[in-house]
Amino acid sequence: MSQPGVGILINFNLGINLSEDFASRGVPASKPPPWNDPFIRSMFFQVIAVLLLGYCFYSIFDNTLTNMEKRGITTGFSFLSEEAGFGILMSLIEYDETYSYGRTFFVGLLNTAVVAACGIILATSIGFIIGIARLSNNWLIAKLATIYIEIFRNIPLLLQIIFWQIAVLQTLPGPRQSLRIGDAFFLNNRGVFLPDPKFGKEFIFVISAFLISLISAYIFKIWAKRTQEKTGRQYPVVYVSLGLIIGLPTIIFFLVGMPLTWEYAKLERFSFSGGANIIPEFISLLWALTMYTAAFIAEIVRSGILAVDHGQTEAARSLGLRNSLTLRLVVIPQALRVIIPPLTSQYLNLTKNSSLATAIGYPDLVSVFMGTTLNQTGQAVEIVAMTMAVYLTFSLVISMFMNWYNKRVSLVER
Amino acid sequence: MADIKNSADLSPPSEIIGPLAWLRSNLFSSPLNSISTLIGLYIVYALFIPVIDWAFVSADWLGNNKDACSLKGACWVFVIQRLDFFIYGFYPDAEYWRVNIIFVLLALLIMPQMVEKAPYKRFSGWFFLTGFPIIAGVLLLGGILGLEPVSTDKWGGLLLTLVISFVGIIAALPLGVLLALGRRSKMPAIRIICTAFIELWRGVPLISVLFMASVMLPLFLPDGANFNKLLRALIGIVMFQSAYMAEVIRGGLQAIPKGQYEAAASLGLGYWKSMSLIILPQALKLVIPGIVNTFIALFKDTTLVLIIGLFDLLQTVNSAIVDPNWPQVSTEGFVFAGFVFWIFCFSMSRYSIALERKLDTGHKR
Amino acid sequence: MKYKSLGILTAIAAVATFSVASAGTLENVKKKDLLTCGVSTGLPGFSDPDKNKKWTGLDADYCKAVAAAVLGDANKVKFVPLTAKERFTALQSGEIDILSRNTTWTQTRDTSLGLNFAGVTYYDGQGFMVSKKLGVKSAKELSGAAVCIQAGTTTELNLADYFRFNNMKYKSVVYDTSDQTIKGFEAGRCDMLTSDQSQLYALMTKLKDPASAMVLPEIISKEPLGPVVRQGDDVWFNINKWTLNALINAEEMGITSQNINEKKSSKDPSVMRFVGKSKNLGKKISLDNSWAVNIIAQVGNYGEIFERNVGKNTPLKIARGLNALWNKGGIMYAPPMR
Repeated sequence: MSQPGVGILINFNLGINLSEDFASRGVPASKPPPWNDPFIRSMFFQVIAVLLLGYCFYSIFDNTLTNMEKRGITTGFSFLSEEAGFGILMSLIEYDETYSYGRTFFVGLLNTAVVAACGIILATSIGFIIGIARLSNNWLIAKLATIYIEIFRNIPLLLQIIFWQIAVLQTLPGPRQSLRIGDAFFLNNRGVFLPDPKFGKEFIFVISAFLISLISAYIFKIWAKRTQEKTGRQYPVVYVSLGLIIGLPTIIFFLVGMPLTWEYAKLERFSFSGGANIIPEFISLLWALTMYTAAFIAEIVRSGILAVDHGQTEAARSLGLRNSLTLRLVVIPQALRVIIPPLTSQYLNLTKNSSLATAIGYPDLVSVFMGTTLNQTGQAVEIVAMTMAVYLTFSLVISMFMNWYNKRVSLVER
Repeated sequence: MADIKNSADLSPPSEIIGPLAWLRSNLFSSPLNSISTLIGLYIVYALFIPVIDWAFVSADWLGNNKDACSLKGACWVFVIQRLDFFIYGFYPDAEYWRVNIIFVLLALLIMPQMVEKAPYKRFSGWFFLTGFPIIAGVLLLGGILGLEPVSTDKWGGLLLTLVISFVGIIAALPLGVLLALGRRSKMPAIRIICTAFIELWRGVPLISVLFMASVMLPLFLPDGANFNKLLRALIGIVMFQSAYMAEVIRGGLQAIPKGQYEAAASLGLGYWKSMSLIILPQALKLVIPGIVNTFIALFKDTTLVLIIGLFDLLQTVNSAIVDPNWPQVSTEGFVFAGFVFWIFCFSMSRYSIALERKLDTGHKR
Repeated sequence: MKYKSLGILTAIAAVATFSVASAGTLENVKKKDLLTCGVSTGLPGFSDPDKNKKWTGLDADYCKAVAAAVLGDANKVKFVPLTAKERFTALQSGEIDILSRNTTWTQTRDTSLGLNFAGVTYYDGQGFMVSKKLGVKSAKELSGAAVCIQAGTTTELNLADYFRFNNMKYKSVVYDTSDQTIKGFEAGRCDMLTSDQSQLYALMTKLKDPASAMVLPEIISKEPLGPVVRQGDDVWFNINKWTLNALINAEEMGITSQNINEKKSSKDPSVMRFVGKSKNLGKKISLDNSWAVNIIAQVGNYGEIFERNVGKNTPLKIARGLNALWNKGGIMYAPPMR
């Protein structure tokens, strides 16, 4: 095909205009023959494309079914309710061997979500600090920040994860020689052990008090803003809100008789038991993800700040704004506009990269569900499809949120 | 009248120029600045000095077995002794020269691209994209021209890392162009299909793509049709990479002013001619830095193939450090691998930045 | 152009429609003049690349024996290293002809994966390795311990069963490869490592200080390891089954790679059948009559393979135990070749 499709479409559009011109002058429009009619041609190609795609899907589907039948692989999602029979190192929800395969899915999902969420928060904070440090007028600090960025973003993440895992395990002492703070906090090569809070029944009152104070603080903020707009009177919104949010639940907490006990970790024959345990795999994965992503975020922040015209700062100064206000009200809002879109893709990357957990044995979704569960059940198609769907949903949710935020901070042209 | 003597010019006061002044303005201009400088100095002292001591001063370089490792610093003897494995993997010793020829050829082809006014730049560029892969393929695989065949399961180390990233980028480029054009197509069905394809691959982690390619691809194909493991991994990587490439190229297509499309149309050029003669040459030139950045990302991502059992550079290091014939050498191994990746990625990113500066002309309206 | 943007899909479709007539595995192997054999990614004594990058070990030698029987040359084997996760799909999809990768014969695997186990090359059982420092004498004392374990194996389930049945707690640290497992154990991430006992001895050799660890006496499961082939190809299945039987019978009859040439002129009827002088046993499994001679001359009998790879004089130092011949205190027993 030398000149198919759109080429003709463009010509045709021109043709329409011409023919309208002619039509208005009373010259009869000439219609192209059907095989040259761009509309028909475009339909033709689209139908072919769709049919081809459909055929592809059909043949993949058919092959898969035939192959699975021939190899005696069972299909369907009934395996999700079968007993899993294997243990998982870390779980945010209750889990042991007697729970179902379906449960392993949620255990993995939550583990992925928690490492991604912590990673995003940490990487953003460190990235902002490094990015600003790189612009520092202190030569040494700026150079150190540059070295950090150039080292960490040019080494594969997987290598960093494996390296930190070994580094963490080799530096930390065994359970008997734990580093400790009193009898509550322990650090060893089995991770960090913290006291585990056990909430009594009455704790529900404290939570409701907290929610109520949150809502009332919000209402107070709106009311204070309105009053300020009307009368010019200012209220100490921050202090009142803080007092409400911290004070009220605290008072309730003591009133209902402190329904909270701490369970401490105890050293047993092999390691600690009880308490809350942050496993070393989590620490090294989070550390590696944070260091790697922070290097990228730092560059994004730097270019975002550099993108704000110097005139803006000067204008703010000439309005008499203090340094901190200039930064908060003028520079950062404008820099954010440049920063947000690439930041979004970094967040997405971090979430997807958390799947490298499987290389060091952190029980994330890929390692637990697409790893062990898949192996025990052999139902690759269903499991891989579910796993991919999760990551797609994560991606969509994060990018939707960031789009919404981006719209909020983007330039409103009047 | 008294003589007026011309005395020699006084040098400016030391507060303005000279090392002291530099120190003052760059490191100690304010109390806060001085504190950060001190913190910075402490970081240098606490981090860099031990690292330099470990890596160079107390390191062992000479020898051929574990006895040469004094364990006071890095034992580079290990890396030097296993270098063949890290570079060639399981490739037969007698055939190393074939790999070496490819390395030399690769270097010879890349060098002129870095130089501003190298002769035959255009020719070597095209040869790099077309002829070189064929020559490299023949040399590596063997089986014809009297070369002993070497099956892909023997490829490993740096060789495999380079093969995967190179094939990935070369194959993803045309696919990416087609997908990007498809995503900007006026035909809704084509647009939707391409958009869905791109977003699907960009939304999932590479590791699940590799896993799918290595475990599930055989299920999708009719019985008896199957490719070897490397090829399956490559298919997965190319699919994944073409989606990213498409987005980079789409950026370039969008940056071309509408006037160019209209001018092409008004010359009576059809879609393909206007794309290949007018739009793509401009758009691709614009996105070369983006393509290099994608390549850097791909180069780093090739390490993931170890999860499906291929012996890339990182995996060769991984498997060599458990060798009981050597003491604890994991740090040395990883530092070496990290250094090799760093050299490649850092120089490529410098290249991309330089290109960006060079190409940052025109198209600004 | 638009339809060209689907070039990739067309390509898939082309591959998808291009259906290859699946010939028997034997014909395929003979046509390629190469046997493709799935092995582990590196397990000393069973399948492990040596210094010269040649695959060695008990599992690797079995494949060499099949190559000797079918192609007459034990070196015509291509080894494909596979992780535990990939192994069955690789066999099912036809990527490999035999899976010889310390794979446990279980009912589910034999019946629901479309596979056939050709026999048992090694009788194994799951055991525990602990650091000597802990002072543990029995697995029953291990409640509360952290366990390093390889993902995608039957060991994971056995472990859960054993601890639950004995009312003990454990934490499983799951790794993808055996190398990672041993690295985790060495770094102190876990108190014990569990796997098939043979693997424990193999992994022990990978420790920087092998004397610091010990294997506990308990064996908590039966793990018969053997080569696997695809279901529904009886010719190939028989070849594999009888290659293994030939290895074992040769040891029983005292035929070794050293004396095979003298044995060719032996008058013992069973030896005559073995070396192909009578009964045409090779032809009955679609091979040359010299098949068994090729195996023994090039690879050796079962006893030789065992001693060479995992026996007393190797770093693994595994005793024959269950894997001795039936008349020497073990349970290695092959049906007679007649």
